[in-house]
Amino acid sequence: MSGGPLTREQMARLVAEDIPAGSYVNLGIGQPTLVSDYLPAERGIVLHTENGMLGMGPVAVGDEVDPDLINAGKVPVTELPGAAYFHHADSFAMMRGGHLDVCVLGAFQVAANGDLANWHTGAPDAIPAVGGAMDLATGARDVYVMMTLFGKDGRPKLVPRCTYPLTGLACVSRVYTDHGVFLLTGGEVAVQRTFGITLAELGRRLDVPLTAAPGGA
Amino acid sequence: MSRLTIAPGPDEALAGVQDGATVLIGGFGTAGQPMELIDALRRTGAQHLTVVNNNAGNGDRGLAALLAGGQVRKIICSFPRQSDSYVFDELYRAGRIELEVVPQGNLAERIRAGGAGLGGFYTPTGVGTLLAEGKEVRRLGGRDYLLELPITADLALVKALRSDRMGNLVYRRTARNFGPIMCTAAATAVVQISELVDTGAIDPEAVVTPGIYVDRVVVVPDADPASTEVTRMGQGQ
Repeated sequence: MSGGPLTREQMARLVAEDIPAGSYVNLGIGQPTLVSDYLPAERGIVLHTENGMLGMGPVAVGDEVDPDLINAGKVPVTELPGAAYFHHADSFAMMRGGHLDVCVLGAFQVAANGDLANWHTGAPDAIPAVGGAMDLATGARDVYVMMTLFGKDGRPKLVPRCTYPLTGLACVSRVYTDHGVFLLTGGEVAVQRTFGITLAELGRRLDVPLTAAPGGA
Repeated sequence: MSRLTIAPGPDEALAGVQDGATVLIGGFGTAGQPMELIDALRRTGAQHLTVVNNNAGNGDRGLAALLAGGQVRKIICSFPRQSDSYVFDELYRAGRIELEVVPQGNLAERIRAGGAGLGGFYTPTGVGTLLAEGKEVRRLGGRDYLLELPITADLALVKALRSDRMGNLVYRRTARNFGPIMCTAAATAVVQISELVDTGAIDPEAVVTPGIYVDRVVVVPDADPASTEVTRMGQGQ
């Protein structure tokens, strides 16, 4: 993984490698769903989908497609042996109650203190839609974010303070980006690894104080 | 003799719906959406409805058609905006429908609380966000929580796989979603089922919704292929 910035697939692989074996995990809509491609069965990781299922399998193809079996993105999926179905209140109770080990979410912005903004741009003409984003950010024991480090306009998405409306307060513990992996603890941002950029250059382009994580960067 | 009403068709199942009713409608996207009951609700002509659903309609059918008819005054949901929610989008931008956005888990728990007779609950979800505005914040055990109030309704429209003649229900896969909690929170719970079986034919250990919560059932065979059409991919929650 030397050279330039990571592709989405490489980011997904990194996230997957950091999820402890045996974890119960929710993968958010969009890029985070790619993580499931890198979770081999022998690691015993069980996927939760908030519309009411544990033990979700890969995306359904051909005859497997069943309109009654979909994920939170409303994409047809499959069930694995040991799967369980439950209603929405149970599904979010297991999230809010701290039973879900990890969730992986996309983000518009993450602040140095772990604040997350990923549901609303705040644009006056935008129709607000939150879905399960706030429940996931608040409920999962560890919240990992997977995003590009810079927006299309070049502005950093890892920021001193979020300017977009917040999804959850101080909830993000790790940020996986195309340029580096960041560990967030008590307002401190430690760089674990960088990709195609030096720590010094990252420090110049981001408006948050960075330290090198022990054994990293 | 069970007090369950077994209606001959969706229109009979919705007898007595009033203007201004609050209606819980099951389904997550089209999975578990009681399409034929929603169509029957539209045919009642009831006006000024408040609808509670996870979404705000997909395409032109079901909930979207009900909205298009101008019968819904307000929608309470978690995720209105989707790639095919154009009916709702247009009404909203024209100021012709009121929207209350609720985080999905809070929405589910508010319905559950309504059915369970609770006066509300304190939840950490939404603290410090735009959706906390106007809500009581209470610090408990060193953490902030928001007071969320229960949702109850006049009517629930739900889709299940199977019922017996007592109204005991079994659902199918992720089409279960809001069905069990919505049945508990409405004065009248109406359930469309694919199959009616004799009492005793469902293993009591496998009953998901006990018949005490169900008032009316109507058999709607899965005959209409369009009603089981899978929504296009990547529409968000």
